[in-house]
Formats: sequence, C-alpha cells, structure tokens
Amino acid sequence: MSAESQTFTERYDLLGCIQCGRCTGGCPVTVRANLNVRRFVNDAYYEEKLDELARQAEIWDCTACHTCAVRCPKGLKPLEVLLGLRAMIIESGKVEPTVRDALQSVLLEGNPWEKSRAARSDWMEGLDVKIAEPGVPVENLFFVCCTIAYDPRVQAIAKNIVRLLNKTGVDYAFLDDSETCCGSEVYTLGEEGLFEMLVEDNTEYFNEYSAKRIVTLSPHCFTTYNVHYPDLNKPVIHYTQLLDELLKEGKLVWKGDLPKKIVFHDPCYLGKQGGVYDEPRDLLKSIPGAELLEFERCRERSLCCEGGGGKMWVESESKKERLAETRIKDAKALGADIVAVACPFCVLTLEDAMKGLGYEEEMRVAEIMELLGEFIEA
Amino acid sequence: MTEKPKVGVYVCHCGINISATVDVDAVAEYAQKLPNVVVARTYSYMCSDPGQSLIKNDIRELGLNRVVVASCSPRMHEPTFRKAIREAGINPYFLEMTNIREQCSWVHEDKEEGTAKAKKLVKASVAKARLLEALESKEVDAEPAALIIGAGIAGIQAALDIADAGFKVYLVEKTPSVGGRMAQLDKTFPTLDCSACILTPKMVDCASHPNIELMSYSEVEKVDGFIGNFDVKVRKKARYVDFGKCTGCGDCAAECRVKDRIPSEFDQGMGKRSAIYLPFPQAVPAKYTIDPESCLFLTRGKCGKNPKCQEVCRAEAINFDQEDEIVEFKVGAIIVATGFDPFDASRKPEYGYADYPNVITGMEMERLVSASGPTGGKVKVFNSEEEIEPKEIAFINCVGSRDKSVGNEYCSRVCCMYTAKQAHLIRDKIPDANIRVYYIDVRAFGKGYEEFYDRVRRENIRYIRGNPSEIFKRGNKLVVKVEDTLTATPLEDEVDLVVLGVGLEPRADMRQVMDLLRLSQSPDRFFLEAHPKLRPVDTATEGIFLAGCCQGPKDIPDTVAQAKAAASSAMIPLARGKVMIGAQVATVNEATCRGCGFCVNICPYTAIELVTVNRFGNEVEVARVNEALCKGCGSCSAACLSDSIQPKSFRDRQILPQIAALGAMK
Ligand SMILES: Cc1cc2nc3c(=O)[nH]c(=O)nc-3n(C[C@H](O)[C@H](O)[C@H](O)COP(=O)(O)OP(=O)(O)OC[C@H]3O[C@@H](n4cnc5c(N)ncnc54)[C@H](O)[C@@H]3O)c2cc1C
Ligand code: SF4
Ligand code: SF4
Ligand code: SF4
Ligand code: SF4
Ligand code: SF4
Repeated sequence: MSAESQTFTERYDLLGCIQCGRCTGGCPVTVRANLNVRRFVNDAYYEEKLDELARQAEIWDCTACHTCAVRCPKGLKPLEVLLGLRAMIIESGKVEPTVRDALQSVLLEGNPWEKSRAARSDWMEGLDVKIAEPGVPVENLFFVCCTIAYDPRVQAIAKNIVRLLNKTGVDYAFLDDSETCCGSEVYTLGEEGLFEMLVEDNTEYFNEYSAKRIVTLSPHCFTTYNVHYPDLNKPVIHYTQLLDELLKEGKLVWKGDLPKKIVFHDPCYLGKQGGVYDEPRDLLKSIPGAELLEFERCRERSLCCEGGGGKMWVESESKKERLAETRIKDAKALGADIVAVACPFCVLTLEDAMKGLGYEEEMRVAEIMELLGEFIEA
Repeated sequence: MTEKPKVGVYVCHCGINISATVDVDAVAEYAQKLPNVVVARTYSYMCSDPGQSLIKNDIRELGLNRVVVASCSPRMHEPTFRKAIREAGINPYFLEMTNIREQCSWVHEDKEEGTAKAKKLVKASVAKARLLEALESKEVDAEPAALIIGAGIAGIQAALDIADAGFKVYLVEKTPSVGGRMAQLDKTFPTLDCSACILTPKMVDCASHPNIELMSYSEVEKVDGFIGNFDVKVRKKARYVDFGKCTGCGDCAAECRVKDRIPSEFDQGMGKRSAIYLPFPQAVPAKYTIDPESCLFLTRGKCGKNPKCQEVCRAEAINFDQEDEIVEFKVGAIIVATGFDPFDASRKPEYGYADYPNVITGMEMERLVSASGPTGGKVKVFNSEEEIEPKEIAFINCVGSRDKSVGNEYCSRVCCMYTAKQAHLIRDKIPDANIRVYYIDVRAFGKGYEEFYDRVRRENIRYIRGNPSEIFKRGNKLVVKVEDTLTATPLEDEVDLVVLGVGLEPRADMRQVMDLLRLSQSPDRFFLEAHPKLRPVDTATEGIFLAGCCQGPKDIPDTVAQAKAAASSAMIPLARGKVMIGAQVATVNEATCRGCGFCVNICPYTAIELVTVNRFGNEVEVARVNEALCKGCGSCSAACLSDSIQPKSFRDRQILPQIAALGAMK
C-alpha cells in the first residue's frame, strides 16, 4: 500500500499503541515545552481532529531526537506523527518564512543555508583534496554535510580530516560541489515530497560511485542514509568509526598533548539512533594528556541538545532553560574544560548556550575533529 | 491388490466453519462422479457420533473398503476416523483425510474459489485412497520409569507424583540443590505463605523417596530411543566432595581461604559464599560442593600449604581426585522442567541497572526481604554514598516484557503480582515509606489475585499509570523520568530505590536440552507444546512432556498444575507397560538399495542403519529402518537416488497419482 492511500492510523500504526507513556516519559523537551507526544499518538486516531492537532504550536518543539521511538515497546515511532502533522502545515503553505526559505534553498541549491551550490567546495581551498569520480574505485567516499561545507564555525571538521587522511595514506575521495543535502532536516520539517525526491536523486547519484563505503562527517547524514535510503548500494559509516579503525591499527599518531578534562556529549543521531558510543570516546582517550569525563546522563541516557528536528529554523516559544544550557551547566559542575561533540549541530547549540551563560573564558565546545586537528603532525 | 476399491467420500460442514465458504453439497455431488466412488455424503459434524455412524453403516451396508473424509486437519481427527473405520471392520489405514477447513474455508473468502479448491483436493484424495495399503501397528514394552530434567517446583512435583504412583523416577538437576527459583522467593502471592515452608518438605521428600533417584549437580548428555524405550546418559559432575562421607557440617566452608569472597548465585550476588559451599541452608541434598571456577586449589593448583577444607574436614570427605561420573539408564517417558531465567535488566540501559546499586531487580528484592537473605531481611540499599533504609521507593512493571525493543512481546504473568507482594512486604518493614508502582495494566487474573491487589493498594501503595522511560541520578537521589498518563503529567520522580519488575525469559542455555530432545520453540522462544489447548503438556515427540516455566511464564499454582498434568500423561505408557509404534514407517527395497547411506545421514531420528546382507552370494550393505524410531517423515525417501526407501502410505506410487490429480483439473 502506498503511503498516500494509507490513513494516518495505518501509516503510523496508531492502533499498536498501548498508551504506556514511555514516549512522553522519555521526551527531553517536556521539561520546557508543552509537548506530549503520547497524546498526539492517541488523538491522531480521530481524523476530524487532525487539522486542529496540526495547528498546535508544540508540534514544532520536537527535536527529532528519536528517544520516543527508541523506547516505545510496541515499535511505533511517535515523533513521526508530529512530522506527519508538520507535513499538513507545510502542504498548506502556512509556514514560517525561515522554514520556507530553507526548504526552497534545498530545492534550488542543494543545501538549506541559502548558499550557492557553486560555493559548496570552497572550504577545500588551499588543501590537497582527492576528488571522487563516478566509476573510479575508492575505499572511503566522503560526504561532507551542508552545515560543515558552508558554516565557517565548523568547516574545520572537514579541513582537519583531509589533513589527517593525507597523512595516514588512507584511500579516500571527497565529492565535488555536486554533493547534495541528505534531507535530514527536510524530513523532520515535514516536507515529504522534497525528501522523497532527495532520496531518489541521491541514491542514484551515490550508486554511480564505486566506493566500498560512504563516510559521513555529520551524524545526521549518517543516520538519514542508514534509515531512509533503502536502495543505497554501499554501507554508510560515521567518520569516528573510520578513525577508530585507524587508531586500533596504530595509524594515528598525535603530536603534543592536551592536559585537559574533556566530557563527551553523545549526539542523538550518533548514539541513540546510530548506536555509536565507544568510537568517539576511544578517539578522545587517545589524545595524550586528556582526561575523559562522563555526564551523569550519557550514552543511551544522553540529553538532547535540541539541535535537530528542524530547530535550526524554528524558535521554541518556551522561555524556560534550554537543554543545551542544562548540558553546559552539568559540564561546568563536572569541572570539564572542554565539551567535546561529534556533530556540527551540537557544536552550534552548545556553544551558543555556553556563550549565553558567560562561560567562554573557562570552557570550550569543540567537535572531536577540531581537537584532533591540533595534534596532526605537520 | 485384488479387491476392487470402493470409496466412500464424507464432506463435513463443520457447523458453518466449512459450509460458509465451501458449497459442501456441490463437493459431494462432484465426488460422487469420481472413479471408484460408491457413495458421497455431507454431514454437519462428521466427527460427532452420528457422523461416525454414518460412515460405519456405509462400510457395512455398501461394502466400502476405502474412506475419504473431507473435513479438518488430520492432526485433529485422523485418529478419530481411523478408530471408526476399524470398528466397522476395515483396516484403519484405508483412510485418507482431505483438509478443506484450514486449507480451504479458513483461507478463502470467495465461496466459488473455496468450493473449486475443495473439489480438487477431494479428487486428489480419492486418487490416493484407491491405492492405500493395509498396515498394522505394533506394540512394544515400555520401561516403567521416568526421567525428569530440572528440579524446580515443576520437576519436584512431577517426580513426587510419579514416584508415589509406584514408578521409578530419575530426577536430574543441574545445580547442587533442588528447589529452583521458588527456593529463592520470600513469601508467595497471593496468600503470602512462606516459600521455604511449603517447598522444603517437598525437597526433602524427593531426596528420601524410595522411588526417586536424585542426581543433583548433573546433566543429561544423551537421549536415544523412543516412547517407552529411551536410553539416557547422565553426567554427574565431580563435586570434589565424597557424597557418602560428607555430613554437611559446613566446617570446610567456614574455613575456606576464599570465604565470603565469591558472589552467591542464590542471593543474586548480593551475599557471598566460599569456594566450597551449600547453595543455601535448606539445600537438598545437604552435601557440599567445590566450585571449580573459584577454588584456589582447582584453579591454581595451590591453596596455602594444604587445602584448608581438607585440613578441617573431620569426615575426610574432600577428594580432589574425584572425576565426573557417567551413568546410563532406560526410561519410558521424559518430562522437561528446566524453568526460566529472569530478564537481564542491563539489556535496558536506560534504567541504569548496571550503573546504580539502588536500582535492583525483583529477584534481588526477594532476597533482600527474606529473613535468610544477605541483609537478614532488612531492606537496606547503597545509594552509592552510604547505606540507607529507603523511604522513597518506586516499582516499575513490565521490565523486559511486552516490549518489542528487547524482543519479548509476551506478558510474563507474574511480575504484576510479585510487585504487589513486595510492595506489601516493604510496607510491613518500613511503615512510613512512600511506595509507588508504575504500571501499564495490572494483570491480576488468578484466584484471589484481584482481591490481593485491592488489599495492597489500600495499604497506601500508590499505583501510577505510566511506564518509566529513563532513570538517572541527581545528587544522591534517583530520578525516574515518567509520564503519569492518567493526568498527562510528565514527572521527574526522585526516589531512593527502584525495583525493576523483570519478566521471565527462556533460559539462555535452553539450546542444549532442545538439541538433546529435538524440541521446538514457540515464537516467544519458550518450548513449544503439541497443541496450545488440547495437548498443553505434550511435545511433538511422543513420550516427552513439558512442565513449568520452560513452556512459558507462569506462577506457582499453574506450574504445579502443569507438573501434575505432565506426570499423569507420562504415566500412561508406564502404567500400560506397552506402547504402540507407528505403522506409517519407511521400508527399504533391499533388492535395489545401493547401501550408499545417504538416508542414514539425513534421517532426523537416527532411525536408519546400514546392515550387511547376502545378495546372490555377495555380501552387500543395505539400509534398514528401526520401525520404533521412524516417524515416517520421508526425508530418506527424498534423499535416496534409487527410490529404494519409501514411507508406507506415502510411496511414490501412492502420492504421484494424487499430485497428478491435482494438476489435471483447472
Ligand atoms: C522475582 C520473582 C518472584 C516470584 N514470586 C512468585 C510468587 O510470589 N508466587 C508465585 O506463584 N510465583 C512467583 N514467581 C514465579 C515462580 O518463580 C515460578 O512460577 C516457578 O519458579 C517456576 O518453577 P519451574 O520449576 O518451572 O522453574 P525453575 O524454578 O526455574 O526451576 C527450574 C530448575 O531446572 C534446573 N535446570 C535448568 N536447566 C537444566 C538442565 N539442562 N538440566 C538439569 N536441570 C536444569 C534449574 O537449575 C532449576 O533448578 C516469581 C518469579 C520471580 C522471578
Ligand atoms: S511509547 Fe509507544 S506504546 Fe507507549 S504510549 Fe508512546 S507510542 Fe504508545
Ligand atoms: S523525537 Fe525527541 S523531542 Fe521529539 S517527541 Fe520524540 S522524544 Fe520528544
Ligand atoms: S581448596 Fe582452598 S579454596 Fe578450594 S575449597 Fe578448599 S579451602 Fe576453599
Ligand atoms: S504480569 Fe504485569 S508486569 Fe508482568 S509483563 Fe504482564 S503486565 Fe507487565
Ligand atoms: S521416514 Fe524419516 S524417520 Fe523414517 S527412516 Fe526415513 S528419514 Fe528416518
């Protein structure tokens, strides 16, 4: 049965729900927003109520952290009900201009940041980057991510990985400016048609490259490809998995040391959704002098930073403490000097929170690749 | 075959089960015209007394010598109709069943399609029925003894019943003592009898019963044979303690060099034991055992100057030269009563069981409230800073049950009630504690259960509807992240102690027994019974029965009831002293058999062996079937390259015309 001909109830298996409340119980945003995802799963059964439900402001509070889906005992994905309601709003055209522009930009330029496609590879300037060509065999085919490609704050992730790869002699290649958005945020914003198109086009695009595997720099692309691209003909991994392999083979040698306390924040798209917990930690532990701390709420119990679910383009109405702030305060209480992450969105939300709290002097938020970049031998 | 086949066809309505989707009259009319069919009739319930009489009368009056019954699955009523035609004087194997219920009416919606298919199937059955041969089943002697694997309450009860009836019982228990999980429980719901008080007498009985041979610390290694005649091989593991000499005084354990350093399995790791140990004070047999994994002498070859236990044992019972012993015996029936494993709570990392000492399981709580437990019955927990008496206590139901995310879709049936029981016991011990139970649905279905639940709530135990999602620590409190679904309020509930109501899982080591006895699993991975309603303690293999939680989660009353049922079923062949063996077995055409042995290797019941025969003066090998072991599955026939081995009633010359008949009709 095609998605269109299914009712809401069938599409999201609403009758499978036993109203146990595990979804809402685990939802991180309940401490600051009115969102109760269980009630949406319950109420969406009544078709005549859907329009009213779609107009509830809180459907935009969901960060797509997927905690509700991971915890649901009956295999539902409660957040998808919210995304389905968002889709109704998108279809009606009554969306915030920020969202509209981001989606428009994906359609026209292949990225949500309203940047020109031609500028996608600008970050490569001055670097010796190997570029992939369709049909030419390569072991690791890198997918950069729109945010890392365009946002100067996180471009270092890509730059440093190129430096490191050139150093270790790993067989790799990057895509040129034909690389297009994975659609992670398009999906969570509820633009179903555009997302379907991206999946189709990107699948065809990737399948022409003869690579052993695709390596993503952002966990959002990593999980999106793994979950929503059933026809990709190669496996997709996150770069921390590749680097951890190299580390275990003894191929990563660091110069200098970092006598600091580092706490790692598990990105939802890498940990809860991707099941990758140990690799980023192993990499951090390999930095000479570094001491790795753990949040009380780590790994499977990690707290979301509110970076996903299209939240980059929709402001929450809540004035209560942001989860990223909670996270930074927890890090401060632990005595951490560095909050390390492995996701460009986490860098942006957590750094914002840190600055807002005025901890800039004593603390730093850094992506793992930013940190490692400092220890690559010249 | 000299006699001309005269076939009667009987089409069953099965009430409206069949007739609603299959035009039974049209099928009978069609059958009437098939070759060799003398009569075709329909009836509302063919299996009923009048239905059977209809067939019997026709046999007598019309001289029928073949019968086709078009009704339900042969698994259901083949024996019924075999018996009926035998009573009317024809060989019971002159019967062919056509399944027009499961294969037609239940799977079709369109009556025309259903009817057309039913006609086809009947045509095929008639084609085969004409070619059936007369078969005789044989009787062999049955050994008047039973093997019971596992000595929890299920195994103990079954053993006592069979032994009391006068038969020999071999009771094999893997651990050093009988008792199983029930021995670990404090009080039992809903009556709150003390578990040890009602269990210990039975444990003692099964050690002293003249008809029971108890083999503790033993495992079944091999089972061959068939109902009435199973050959069993058991390995009695070395205890390194002379069973005859040990007086159970415990001097050895008191002096053992690793005393109080080894986690006690019985106390769920919360208490400690020595390397030489009795699992718990009331253990049966009351004989000590040296744990080879933790004994200094057995792991490192050295325990001080001399093994301490040996030095202090006045009975001179310690014997490090002891070896495993293999014993072999014969039984007529087997009962599997291997029980369950509690769900491993670390498989739900969001509950922090592996991280926090004050997140414990229901099994641990049983030991904690028990007067004989590691704390002497005081409910004390370590909140990772100090030992405290908890005041804020939360129970969580359905941990590891009803949960697809851990692969267990079933309800474990006891956790709602044991949670209520434990809440009650804590209320007694800590009167001012705030106790809440987080639940999804409360399942209090047994006798006296709802009443018990009513009572417990009125003891100021709060039942909050919502299944917690996460537990983490804040200061020295545990935070339970949960939604009160009745008021739609997300909560961060701060408590001192969380008790996880872990469910029951199939044992992690069940495969060994499964392979040993060729048992199957149901979708929930517990052992599969032969029929969920009508043969609940039987397995697909005759003479092998199931009892207790190895078949699925259940409470003690249901476990005991099932154990008694398994015992009485197992006693049928023992009491008769004889068993019938199947007639539909494979036969070998020795003239064409090449002795290649393909069938020997393929037979899942090891029923075939190669024997040497004299063929025209030459010694040649040919296959021979042990008819007592053969189940007529046909695997050998499919493997044989020269068509030399074929099951009776399913020979090529019988089933090929049947298949041809199916194909020939549009
Ligand atoms: C925390 C908790 C509290 C409970 N409280 C209650 C209660 O209050 N009231 C109530 O009615 N029910 C209660 N139950 C349920 C009760 O424990 C079970 O109904 C009962 O223990 C089932 O008995 P069993 O003999 O089937 O299995 P088990 O008790 O598991 O016994 C199985 C035995 O077989 C042995 N064995 C396993 N494999 C082999 C093998 N391969 N070879 C030889 N031996 C083997 C095991 O060592 C064990 O001795 C509770 C359960 C739990 C988890
Ligand atoms: S966790 Fe799943 S079953 Fe439970 S209320 Fe939410 S959607 Fe329903
Ligand atoms: S995805 Fe995360 S934020 Fe969204 S409803 Fe689920 S748990 Fe809440
Ligand atoms: S040999 Fe030593 S360690 Fe082993 S049981 Fe005896 S006293 Fe204990
Ligand atoms: S018995 Fe109760 S606690 Fe146990 S699985 Fe069933 S509903 Fe859940
Ligand atoms: S019919 Fe099956 S059980 Fe019988 S001998 Fe052949 S393979 Fe073995």
